[in-house]
Amino acid sequence: MFSDYTSAELVSIFAMQGFAGLILFSVFVLMALGLAIIFGQMGVINMAHGEFMILGAYITYLLSSFFENNLPSLFSIYFFLAMILAFIVTAALGALVEWGMVRHLYRRPLDTLLATWGLSLILQQVYRSVFGAREVGVTLPDWMMGSIPLTDLVEIPFNGVFVMILTFVIAVSVYFLMFKSRFGGQVRAVVQNRPMAGAVGINTQKVDRITFAIGCGIAGIAGSAFTMIGSTGPTSGQLYIVDTFLVVVFGGAASLLGTIASAFTISQAQSTMEFFLSGSMAKVLTLLVVVGILMIRPQGLFALKIRR
Amino acid sequence: MLQVSDYSVSYGQSEVIHGMNFDIKENEIVAILGRNGMGKSTLMKSLMGMVESRLGSVALGPVDVSRMKSHERVREGLAFVPQGRMIFSTMTVKENIETGLTTVNDKKVPASIYELFPVLEEMKSRRGGNLSGGQQQQLAIARALASKPKVLLLDEPTEGIQPSIIKEIANTLKKIRDSHGLSIFVSEQVLSFALDVADRILVIEKGEIVREETRDSVDEKTIASYLSV
Repeated sequence: MFSDYTSAELVSIFAMQGFAGLILFSVFVLMALGLAIIFGQMGVINMAHGEFMILGAYITYLLSSFFENNLPSLFSIYFFLAMILAFIVTAALGALVEWGMVRHLYRRPLDTLLATWGLSLILQQVYRSVFGAREVGVTLPDWMMGSIPLTDLVEIPFNGVFVMILTFVIAVSVYFLMFKSRFGGQVRAVVQNRPMAGAVGINTQKVDRITFAIGCGIAGIAGSAFTMIGSTGPTSGQLYIVDTFLVVVFGGAASLLGTIASAFTISQAQSTMEFFLSGSMAKVLTLLVVVGILMIRPQGLFALKIRR
Repeated sequence: MLQVSDYSVSYGQSEVIHGMNFDIKENEIVAILGRNGMGKSTLMKSLMGMVESRLGSVALGPVDVSRMKSHERVREGLAFVPQGRMIFSTMTVKENIETGLTTVNDKKVPASIYELFPVLEEMKSRRGGNLSGGQQQQLAIARALASKPKVLLLDEPTEGIQPSIIKEIANTLKKIRDSHGLSIFVSEQVLSFALDVADRILVIEKGEIVREETRDSVDEKTIASYLSV
């Protein structure tokens, strides 16, 4: 497999694929953070999470077109506005979905799975009707174009660096929200013991709704980031949902650190293997390794040891 | 302070608490005694809104809380220390107490709570799950007190606690009553503990109150007979 390449070429290949893996890692982390928060909080497996991401991507696409045609002088900053709007709109839709559908299905995981899958199909059709079946792409501002040449063969694109910085900022924000704020304490209390959380005065329904909205909002930002590395179509979210579930389960659903470590491992493995094998084989091998590890360690990579 | 009237609780078709009537006065400690399976925990949980009751009423002062959710009852002034403590084991001691601040305006844990339980201040950064049983019981009481309740409900606070700590818990409850002006309703199986803390004792048998006595006139032998298997 490696014999066709010189050692210098192999170093360059691993460096380039490693960096491509880091961008994939960023999207995985953003997607998985939202999914893990929702799953950890409510035990809801949100099959429509990919479609929330794509909503964020379409909002970014709409703003890109709007600023390009109507406000070209502000085009260089549209991406920041797009991320904020993507968060607000997807979070609002998330809150609506929680209120209108998910809250009626708590403690019924299979029904929730089916209902959110149905929602994903509805959203896909809505996107198809509104934006058409063809994939669309955004125009990036000039400062996001170009790359930093490291060697003759290795270049680091600016947009990739931006996505990684964005991911870092969001991961740190989520950490502070969940572990350093009063609201985060309420979320963790509800996760551990819902009836008891209510009995200490926490409005668990309100916490559920806000958490679902935040999880979906982060998916919206993931969608904005996604537009920098791929084009957006009605079913694009489906490509990422399985991998994201893999990240959440492999990392341990209750662990933020586990989610990040798992996203890094899976994205790097896939990205590197994709170069030497096919994309499908890379996914199959990753899945096999993850399943093997989960058989030995079903709680995922990270789990707390405490007296309950 | 707490008035329970014609109160019944059912699990599905099976009624567990039958038309119960009792009250708890301001600044009074009332213990309810009974063997396992007589309905003590169900009564406590339903008073807290964790088990639904369809018949009868629970009034906290002038407010009928019967149809309120748990968090709304906390806002009105009820607080609960459940059987088995049920502290949030992966959260620190400080974070556990802070969950009790949800319904009040305090941003920080009041100093009076750490004065009452100095060991919790020493261990405030430790995970709740890593405390001993007695320390967890103190934490569960501290968490309940953080919401500044008018009535504190405790479900078998001595369960799984070593005898030397049981005495400490009894003293703490009396101190809380005196310093915070609380009413306390405690379910128990240990008669000596109940006699130590309570002003009045109720005995529950198969979901009904079958005996009520004040501490001064209590007939220990008769009450003990209700507790023996």
